[in-house]
Parts: sequence; C-alpha cells; structure tokens
Amino acid sequence: MALVTATGLEKTYIIGEVRVEAIRGVDFTIEPGAFVSFVGPSGSGKSTLLNMIGCLDKPTSGSLSVAGTEVASLDRREGARFRGETLGFIFQDFNLLPVLSVYENIEYPLLMVLETPASERRDRVMTLLKAVGMEKQQKQYPDQISGGQKQRVAVARALITNPKLVLADEPTANLDHQTAYKVIELMKTMRDESGTTFIFSTHDPKVVGEAETIYTLEDGKLMNHGKGGQNHG
Amino acid sequence: MGSLVKIAVRNLLRYKRRTLLTASLIAIGVIFVLVFVAVTGSFKAMMIAQNTDAMLGHLQVHRKGYVASIDNLPLNLNLMGGAIARLEKVLDAQPEIAAYSPRIKFGAMFSTFTETTNIRLNGVEPERELATVPLLAGRVLEGDKTLVRGKLWLPELLAKGMKVKVGDTVVIVATNKDGSVNGKPMVVSAILESATGPGGRDGYLHSEDAAEILRLEGREVSEVAIRLKGFDQLDAVSARLDTLLAKELNQMQKPIFELHTWEKLSPFFNIAKMIDVMTFFIKLMLIAIVLVSIMNVMIMAVYERIREIGTMAAIGTLPGKVLGLFLLEGFSLGVAGAISGGVLGTALVWVLNISHISYDFGRQKGLILQATVDPKELLMISLIVIAGAVLASLQPAFKASRMDPIKALRHL
Repeated sequence: MALVTATGLEKTYIIGEVRVEAIRGVDFTIEPGAFVSFVGPSGSGKSTLLNMIGCLDKPTSGSLSVAGTEVASLDRREGARFRGETLGFIFQDFNLLPVLSVYENIEYPLLMVLETPASERRDRVMTLLKAVGMEKQQKQYPDQISGGQKQRVAVARALITNPKLVLADEPTANLDHQTAYKVIELMKTMRDESGTTFIFSTHDPKVVGEAETIYTLEDGKLMNHGKGGQNHG
Repeated sequence: MGSLVKIAVRNLLRYKRRTLLTASLIAIGVIFVLVFVAVTGSFKAMMIAQNTDAMLGHLQVHRKGYVASIDNLPLNLNLMGGAIARLEKVLDAQPEIAAYSPRIKFGAMFSTFTETTNIRLNGVEPERELATVPLLAGRVLEGDKTLVRGKLWLPELLAKGMKVKVGDTVVIVATNKDGSVNGKPMVVSAILESATGPGGRDGYLHSEDAAEILRLEGREVSEVAIRLKGFDQLDAVSARLDTLLAKELNQMQKPIFELHTWEKLSPFFNIAKMIDVMTFFIKLMLIAIVLVSIMNVMIMAVYERIREIGTMAAIGTLPGKVLGLFLLEGFSLGVAGAISGGVLGTALVWVLNISHISYDFGRQKGLILQATVDPKELLMISLIVIAGAVLASLQPAFKASRMDPIKALRHL
C-alpha cells in the first residue's frame, strides 16, 4: 500500500484579486521506504506540495492520502497530532529552537509532542546523536554550531519520533555543496537504517541525483517522473 | 509542565535587557504600592488607635437617642441603674470583650477663682477606663498617671489658656438634670495631651466625684465604652451585640440601647476610608502598569518568534502548549516583578522604620512613622501582579497558538 497517494490534487491561492494556481491536477504515489525528490524551479509548487503532504496546508480539490489519512479531513488540532506522530520535518533554515541545546532540540518532539518517558527519551536521543555524529556537540546551542551541523541536528529531530515520513523542504539550500551532499547522504543512510520514507524538494541539480525517485514540477504540474541515483560524490 | 517552564524562562533570559527592564518596571510599581500601603496603613492604624485606644474605645453603648444629642451631653438621656445592670449582663457574656468602662459625661464651668471657662468632663472608674482606653495614660504630659478622687486631669490647651499647673486647685461647677447648680473644688493632678478627635479635649475625673457634682441619687451612666480583645473582631461582635441589645426593651417595648462602632462616632473614619480608596486606585495603577508592560513585551515576543512558533506547530506541538508557553512567560515575568518588588519594598519599609521619620497629626507632634508590611497585603499585591501578567499575556499567547504554521514559517 502506498504511503502517499495524490489524485487530481489542486491548490489555488487567491492573493488580492489574483488567482494563483500553485498545484494543478497532480497525481502520484510514493511507496514506504522511498527516497524521493521533487525538483523544479522556484515557484514551481514544490513547497506547496510538501506543505500539503505535511498536513500544513489543505488541497483546494482532489485527494491526498498520507499514511492512510486523508489530510483534508483533519482539523487544526488533529493535523498537529498527526504531524507529531507520523511525520518529521527538515527545514531549509534548520529552524532549531535557539533556547534549546542540540540534545534538547532533538528531544523536543518526544518531550513536548509525544510525551515519551524520560529514560526512553534519553536512549533514543543518544542513539540519534551518535547516528548523526553530533554526540560531542550535544550541549552546545544552535548559534554555536555550523550550518551543516544544524541540519544534522534537524535530521535527528525529524527522525526522533520514528515517523513514517520525513519531509525536507530545500534542506540543502543554505549549505555548501560538500555539506549539502553529506546531509543528503545522512538522510539516505537514516532511511536505510530506519526504513523511513524521505521526500525532499530541491532546485539544486547537484543533489537531485541523490534521490531514487525524482518528480519534476513546473508551474504546478508534474512534468515527469524518473529514477535518480546518478550522483555519487 | 517543567519543560514548558524551562523553555519559557530561557526565552525570557534570551532578551535579558528587555526582561530586566519589564521586571524592573513591575517591581517599581510593586515597591511603590507596598510602601504606600505600608505608610498609609501605619498612619491609618495610628489614627484609629489614637481614636479607639485613647478616647473612644472600639464600641460604645448609649441610651437610645443619646448620640443624636451627644454635643449637648444631655444628662436626661443617661442610662439608669436597671438598664446598666441589663447592659453589663450582656457585655459580661461576650468572650471577645477585653474591658468596658462606664462614663458619666457632662459639661461644666471651670473656674480658677480668677477666670472661668467651659469644660467637657468624663467621670470614669479609673482602672476600668485605663483598661478600655490604654493609651489614655500615655497622654499624661505631666503629673500623676493615677486618677483618684478629688483630682482632675485637665486637657493641655485649657490648662495653658487658663494658666493652670499641676497641683493647682480649681472649681468645677455643673448644673444637674433637675437644674440645680453644684460646685466642687478639685486639684489638677495631671495635664493631658490634647488629642485630635472626639473627646480629645475632654477632662477626666473620678466617677464618684462626677456623681457628687451632679448630685446623682442612683447609678447613672452616659455611655459605656467597650474594648475588644482583637480589633479584627469588631464587625462580628458589633453585629452580635446589636442583635442582643435590640432585644432589651423598656416598658414601652422600645429598645433601650443604641450601639455604635468607633467608625460611626469619629470623623476620622472618613479619612480612613479615603486612604482605602486611594490605596485602591494606586492598586489600579499598578495593574495598568503590569498590563501595559507585559502585553508590550509579549506582543514583541510573539512577533519576533513567529518562525519559531511555526516550527513548533509544524513538528506537532499542540496549540494549547504554545498558548501555555507564552502564558508561562508572562507569568514568570509577573512572578519575577512581584518577588523582586516585594523584597525591595519590604526592605525600603524597613529602612523607613529605622530612619525614625517623624510627622505631626493634629496637635500631636513628632509621631514616629511605624510602617508595617502586612503579609496578607503583600500576598494580595503579588497575586494582583501575577494575575495581571497572565491576563496581559492572554491575547499574544492566544495569537501565537492560533498562528498558521505555513505563514509563520514563511515569516522573515
């Protein structure tokens, strides 16, 4: 059974008197454990699509099912709960909470969203800290670590709840190529280890090839769907 | 909850200068209110004590109709033997009453043989009077603090005006209720400090001397002053006595007695009420300070952290927790302001007390300020501040909790 199924998906914004069709009749399926990239130029609808898959936004029409849940049916509170239990997020600007240390940032979803017991939290955080290579920096705060390290922390935070799906909107946009490549490799490794599905958006051709499945968006339409995996450093 | 508190406190510490400024503003407000309440409370307590402990007592019982004519000191409205006995029976049964003092009040002519003037006099049983108004002895400026038969305590102003000294012999001449005039030579044994308030310029003599001057045939009393064991029992005891005395009827089936608290007998009660009203408005100002300063800070905090709020919401933080986080930040600011203001305010009151600041009240000069911080008042001010802080945080916190994660994440 597909993890994400979109059928006739449309999203239209009304900005003042202007009608913007951000997504226009998109159909696709993503299987569990996939490593998928949505690519396309700026304004092609990548972020809108990821926001809808991430239950942050609702489609104007069409159907979008994530992990068996029709995202349009969720209200605000149910959406938050669903995101916390089923999804993980990695942001372009890392979006770590500045008042929390590396350890606490990773711990945050377990503590504040899933309310996991302390001993279990510690084990899981330590495991992920090791996995992303941030053990030594665990007491440091976001303003004390580099961009690449921040994104490693963000990857760990996204995976701490054992989500079915991790969504990463332009995760490498603020990183140099070398670091970007390492972050994508880390995401892939985590996918291999945990079986979590990763969907990321990018317009960086150098990291696109790392995806196993590539969907190309242009003006809100899905132009083609191909296999990736060409780039290897 | 502990984690939310930790994050809230860290968020406040993130903007140290702003947090410090806001907490300081609240603390200054608390200090101001606390010192104002302590100083005015001290003044009010002194004023009430001067009235109740030096002159009036906490309560007074008269024959029905006496207080309406109290300026005339009407002898024909005195309580007589049977009524006094009934009154004493009721008063003796009240455990909250520490003491009571029967008084014969009358107007008289005061003569030094060369000069004559008017005087208001209280005929008292000295031991019972001093037990009822214990500060009376403290008003003796010079002379004997024990009042015995044949002796007179004279108010300072009258003594000065008439050039009378302790040890001088004077004559008290009074008309009794039948219209006959009688006089009695008496020795001035003490000069009393004139106090501000009703009865503050009265003279005192032994009740047996008063009875002799007025040629009373049986036991008669103009008023009975009552002292309670605790001033805070005033309302409860007053209500109970009112009920009990209302049952004491004369042959016409009309009430014999009327009961008044000091509040009804002294114009200073209105000043005390005015102080309470001022305190109330000062507290309102404090609430305004807290509301404006906290709301300003919290609106800024929400605006500056829109992307953080978006991140929290995106990764699944429920709206209630976001709301709780911002409310806790406001609460923590309120607590910090209340605690620091409370501590500094109490310290300032202590400094005021050790500075022995003096002030005048009416003719009383050099009274020392004895400001006290009432723990209940401190608690109340702190609760006002904290409640105000939470209230002021409510709108920004609600706004944060209702924020659309997408818009918040896009915010620059």
